[in-house]
Amino acid sequence: MQLAVSTLLSGISAGGQYALIAIGYTLVYGILRLINFAHGDVFMVAGLVVIYMTASMPLYVALPLMVVFIVVLGFCIERAAYKPLRSAPRMSVMISAIGVSFLIQNFATYYTGGLARFYPEIPFLYDSVTIAGATTRWVTIVTPFLVVALVLLLLLLINKTKIGLAMRAAAKDFETCQLMGIKINSVISFTFVIGSALAAIGSILYFTNYPSIMPQSGALPGLRAFVAAVFGGIGSIPGAVVGAFIIGICENIVKVNPTYSIFSDAVTFIILIVVLGVKPTGLFGEKVTDKV
Amino acid sequence: MKKILALLLALCMVFALAACGESAEEPSGQSSAPEGSGESAGGDNVIKIGVFEPLTGASGAGGKQEMLGMEYAHSLKPTVMIGDTEYSIELVPSDNESTADVAPSAAAELVSAGVSVVLGTYGSSASIAAAPTFESAKIPAIGVTCTNPQVTEGNEYYFRTCFIDPFQGTVLANYAWEQLGAQKVYMLGCSGEEYDGGVKNYFEEAFVALGGEVVDANFTENNADFSSYLNSAVSEGVDAILTPVAIQYSTAIMQQAKSMNLEIPILGSDTLDNNAVLEAAQGLKSEFVVTTFYNEGGDPDFDAGFKEFINSDSVNLENNGGNDMIAAVSVMGYDAYNVAYDAIERAQSADPAAIYEALKSTNWDGVTGNIQFDDNGDAIRDVAYIKIADTANNTWENGGTQTVAE
Amino acid sequence: MPAATLEKKSKRGAFLSLAGVAAVLALVIVLENTLDPNRNIIVFTTLKKGAVYALVAVSMNLLNGFTGLFSLGHAGFMLLGGYAYAIFTIPSAQRESVYYMYDGSAINFSFPEFFSNLFGGSGAGGAAGMVLGMLIAIVIAGLVAALVAWLIGLPVLKLKSDYLAIATLGFAEIIRAIFQWEPGGRITNGANALKSFPTFNNFNITDAEGEIVLRLSTSVCFAISALCIFLIVLLINSSYGRAFKAIREDEVAAEAMGINLAKHKRLSFIISSFFAGVGGALFAMYVNQVQAKTFNSAMTYELLLIVVLGGMGSISGSAIAAFLYVACGEWWLRFLDSEAAFKSASDRWAFIIVLAAAAAALTALLLWRRKRQGARKFSELWTACLLGAVVLGYDIYYAASGSMEVPFLRTGFRMVVFSVIIMVVVLFFRRGLMGDKELPARLRELAAFIRRLAAKIRRPSAGGGKPGAAAGKEAGGDE
Repeated sequence: MQLAVSTLLSGISAGGQYALIAIGYTLVYGILRLINFAHGDVFMVAGLVVIYMTASMPLYVALPLMVVFIVVLGFCIERAAYKPLRSAPRMSVMISAIGVSFLIQNFATYYTGGLARFYPEIPFLYDSVTIAGATTRWVTIVTPFLVVALVLLLLLLINKTKIGLAMRAAAKDFETCQLMGIKINSVISFTFVIGSALAAIGSILYFTNYPSIMPQSGALPGLRAFVAAVFGGIGSIPGAVVGAFIIGICENIVKVNPTYSIFSDAVTFIILIVVLGVKPTGLFGEKVTDKV
Repeated sequence: MKKILALLLALCMVFALAACGESAEEPSGQSSAPEGSGESAGGDNVIKIGVFEPLTGASGAGGKQEMLGMEYAHSLKPTVMIGDTEYSIELVPSDNESTADVAPSAAAELVSAGVSVVLGTYGSSASIAAAPTFESAKIPAIGVTCTNPQVTEGNEYYFRTCFIDPFQGTVLANYAWEQLGAQKVYMLGCSGEEYDGGVKNYFEEAFVALGGEVVDANFTENNADFSSYLNSAVSEGVDAILTPVAIQYSTAIMQQAKSMNLEIPILGSDTLDNNAVLEAAQGLKSEFVVTTFYNEGGDPDFDAGFKEFINSDSVNLENNGGNDMIAAVSVMGYDAYNVAYDAIERAQSADPAAIYEALKSTNWDGVTGNIQFDDNGDAIRDVAYIKIADTANNTWENGGTQTVAE
Repeated sequence: MPAATLEKKSKRGAFLSLAGVAAVLALVIVLENTLDPNRNIIVFTTLKKGAVYALVAVSMNLLNGFTGLFSLGHAGFMLLGGYAYAIFTIPSAQRESVYYMYDGSAINFSFPEFFSNLFGGSGAGGAAGMVLGMLIAIVIAGLVAALVAWLIGLPVLKLKSDYLAIATLGFAEIIRAIFQWEPGGRITNGANALKSFPTFNNFNITDAEGEIVLRLSTSVCFAISALCIFLIVLLINSSYGRAFKAIREDEVAAEAMGINLAKHKRLSFIISSFFAGVGGALFAMYVNQVQAKTFNSAMTYELLLIVVLGGMGSISGSAIAAFLYVACGEWWLRFLDSEAAFKSASDRWAFIIVLAAAAAALTALLLWRRKRQGARKFSELWTACLLGAVVLGYDIYYAASGSMEVPFLRTGFRMVVFSVIIMVVVLFFRRGLMGDKELPARLRELAAFIRRLAAKIRRPSAGGGKPGAAAGKEAGGDE
C-alpha cells in the first residue's frame, strides 16, 4: 500500500514536471515543425542559474529573475539559431537545435567545471510530508495542481486572446498566416517565450525533487518530455500533458520492480511505439493527408 | 556563385582553425618539448608523466580530486635526479570525458606528447579502452582507482595501486553481515556501469555465502529520480542499501533518502567517499558507511600538507568540492605519483621500458599502505578502511579497517 | 544530356574516385610504416575513428539523405554490430575472464580461432585464418544488424517523418536496455564490457619474435571502410538508388511512377543498418571493447550532425565531415583544454592577431549573410557589428593588459570552441560542406570560381562587395 502510494506520487509529480517541458516541445513543433532539441538544456540552465544567483541574492528575488533570464535565453536562441534558417530545409533547423544543445551542454561543463551543483532548498516545497505512510516532499503534492492550473491558463491564453489566435493560425497554416498580415516572427518568439517560461517553472519543481545538477541533467527529462509530446500527438497541448502523466507514472511503476528496473526508459518507448502503431500521429494528433 | 563562396569560407574556417590549433600548440608549451621522453642532452631536461583522468563528464569530480593528489605530490617532488643531471617532471593532463569512446584518442594524445609513464584513470571502462594504446606504445600505466578486475587482466602494461572489486564487494558484505547485522540488502546500481555491477556481484556472492539475501535493482544512465527505488527498498523490508554508484547519482540518492526520512543504513563503495556526497548526506537519518582507501588522520603530516595545498588555491579548493576534506582518491593519486617517481628513480631513466621493468619490482610505503604489484599488475592489498559519515556535523568518522574474513 | 554521355562521365568519375581512394590507402600504409608510431599515434587514432565514423555517417546518409527517411536509430544498429562481432570473436581461452560475472559465456565459438586452427594453428596459415575469421565476423555483425532492422522496419517504416525518427530512437534505446539486462548476461555480459577480441592491431604483420614488420592496422580500417562506402556508392548509382532519391523527392509521385514504396524503404533501411552494423564492429575494434552504454542517443545526434555538416545526400561530404569532426573534436583543439602561459611575446601577439582576425571574420560573415538575404533593416547591421566589436574590444583589452596568461583555457574549453565552430557552420552554411554534390563537382566549381576571381583581380573595376572572401583569406593568411 505504502509502496503503491509512493510510486503513484512519484509518477504523478514526475509526470507533471515532464508536462511543463513537453508543452514547450509541442508548442514549437506545432508552429515550426521543429523538434527543439535544446529545450531540455534550457531547462538545465534554469536550474544552474538559480544556483549561481542564490549565491548573491535571496531566493525570492532569484526565482523570478531566473524565469526572466530563461525567457530571454529562449528568445535569443530562437533569434540567433532558428530564425536565420527559416527558409532552410527542415533538417538544417533540426541540426541547429542539436548544435545549440551541444553548445549549452559544453558551456555548462566549462562553466561548472563538470562538477555536480546542488539546488538550493526552497522553503515549503522542500519540506517533507507524509501521506498514507509514504514520505515525500511538498513539491510532489503541489506539482500536479500547479501544472493543471498553468495548462488551463495557457489554454485560456491560446483560445481567448489575439496572440493565441495568431498562434493557432500559424500552427494551422504557416504560409497563409503570413499573407494574412500576422507578424509571424513575433508569434514564434512568443511561443518560445511561453515554452521557456514553463520550462523554467518546471525546473524549480524538478530540481527541488532531484537537486543535483550536471550539464547532462537536462537531456533525460528533455527526452522523456519529448516522448510524452509525441505520445500525446505532437502539436496538441492536452495531448502533451496527458502523455507526460502517463509516461511519468509508467516509468515509476517499472522502476520499483527490481528485475525490470533497467527497462524504465525502454518502457516509455515501448508504450510510445505501440501507440504509434495504432494511431500513427499520437493520442490527440491530427491526421495528416499527403498532397502532391 | 554564392554556394562556392560559402564552401570556400567553410573550408577556410575549418583549416584556419586547424592551423591555428597547431600553431597555438607551440605557445602552450605543454606538449611540444623536443625528442619524446626528455632524453635530449642539455637544455630542457624534462620527464613527462601523463595524467589520464576524466576532468569532465559523470566522473569529473572524482577525476579532479585524484589529479589534486598527483599535483600535490608533484609540488613536493618536482624534479628527479638521473645520474648527475636533474630532470624536471611535467604533468601532462588529458581529459577522457569519462567515456570509453574518447579514451583512445585521449590516450593517444598522451603517447604523442611523449610521456614516460601514465597515471590514471578514475573509471574502469576508460582504462580498458585506453590500455591497448599504452601497450602498443610500450608505456606503462598506473591505474589509481579503477577497481575492476578487467583493467589489468591481459593488459601487461597496466598496473594499479588500489584494491579491486572482488575485494571491495567482499569487504562490504562482511561489514554488512558482521557490523550491521543485516540479513537482506537492497543493491542499487547504474545499468551499463561495469563498476557498479562488479561491486554488486561480489557483494552478492559473499553475502549469500554468509547466509544473507539480496535484491538487485538497476537504474538507467542520467536518471535523477531515485525515490521509487528507495521506496521499493523500504517495502522489501531490507536491512541495508548498497549503492556503489558514481558521485552524480549518489548525491541525488542521499538527498532523496533524506527527504523521505529513510532510516535504513546505506553502504557505499569508494566512489561515495567524496565531499560532495557527504554534503548531500547532511541531515540524513540513516547510517551511511563507505569503504575506502584511506582515512583522514592516518598520516597527520600528509593531511596537514595536503590541506595547505588545497587551501592555497581557490581552483584547488573548488575542485575538491569546496572544502579541505581529504578524499581517499586524492591520497591514491598522491601515492600513484610517488610509485611512478620511485620507479623512475630506480630505473635511472626516462625510458618507458626501463620504468616498466622498475615498476614490476615496486615496494613503496605509501600513505595508503605498502604497495607491491602481483603478477597481474594489481597492488597486493588486504585491508580496506571504513568511514562512517557523521551526517549531523558533515564530517567523516574513522570506522577502522575491515579485512576479508577467511 | 544524353544518357550515354552521362554514363560515360559517371564511369570516368567512378574510376577517378577509385584511383583517389587507392592513392589515399597507399599513402596511409606508407605513412604508418615510416612515421614514428609513438610520436604520431594521435594521427592514426584520429584516422581510425574518422574512417569508422565516415562509414557510419555514409550509411546514415543513405537513409536520411538519399531516401529521405528521418531515422535516429543508428547507435542501436552499431551496438548490435559491435556486440555480434565481439561475441563471435573472443577467443575461448579468454571467455572465462571476460564473462567473469557469469561464469563463462553461453556461446563458445570464435570465428578467428576456428579458422586459425583450421589453417594450421600458428604461423602464416594461422594468421590468414585469423584474418578470415575476423572478416567473417564483421559481415555477421552487419547481418545481425540488418536482420533486426528488418524486424523493426515492419512496424516502424509505416510512420512518417518525425514519428519515424522518435520510433527508431526508441528502438535504439530498447535494444540498449536489452543488452544491459542481467538475465542475458551469459551472452551479452550484462552491463560489463566485452573485450579481449581481436582488433585492428591484429592486422599488423609480425615476425617470429612478435616484432612488427609491417603495420597495417590503420590501413585495414581504411580499406574496410572504403570498400563499404564504395558498395554504398554502387547502390546509390543503381536503379535502386534512383528509386530512393525519387522517394526522397516526393513519396506520392514516386509511388505513382510505379516505385514500390514499402519495399524500397525497407531495403534502404536494411542496407543502411547493415553498414551501421559493420561500422559498429569497426567501432568496437577501435575502442577495444563493446559496452552498451557507449551507444546512446548522443552518439546518433553526433552522427546526424556529421551527415548534415557534410551535406545531406553527399557521400564525400559525409566522409570528409567525419574526419574533420573527429580530428577537430579530439585532436586539433585539445590544446585548449590545458591551462598554459605564453612563453614568448611573439606567441602572445600571434594569439592577439588570431583573435582580432576571428572578430573580423565573424562580423564579415554576418554582414555577408545580411547582404545575401537582401536585408534592409539597420538593426541587423549593428547587431552584426556588435558581436565582432565585443570580441575585438576584449582583444584590445587583453593586448593592453600585458598579461602572459592564456585567458579562458581550462578543461572543457575545447568542447565550447568546437560547438561554436559547429554552430557557425550550421548557421552560415546551411547545406553543409558539399550540399548534395560530390567532391569532384565541388572542386570543379572551386576551380571555376578561382579562375573568375583571378579574372576579376586583373580587371579590378568589377571587384568589391566581397567582405566574406576577404575575411576568409585574412583568417587563413595569419597562420
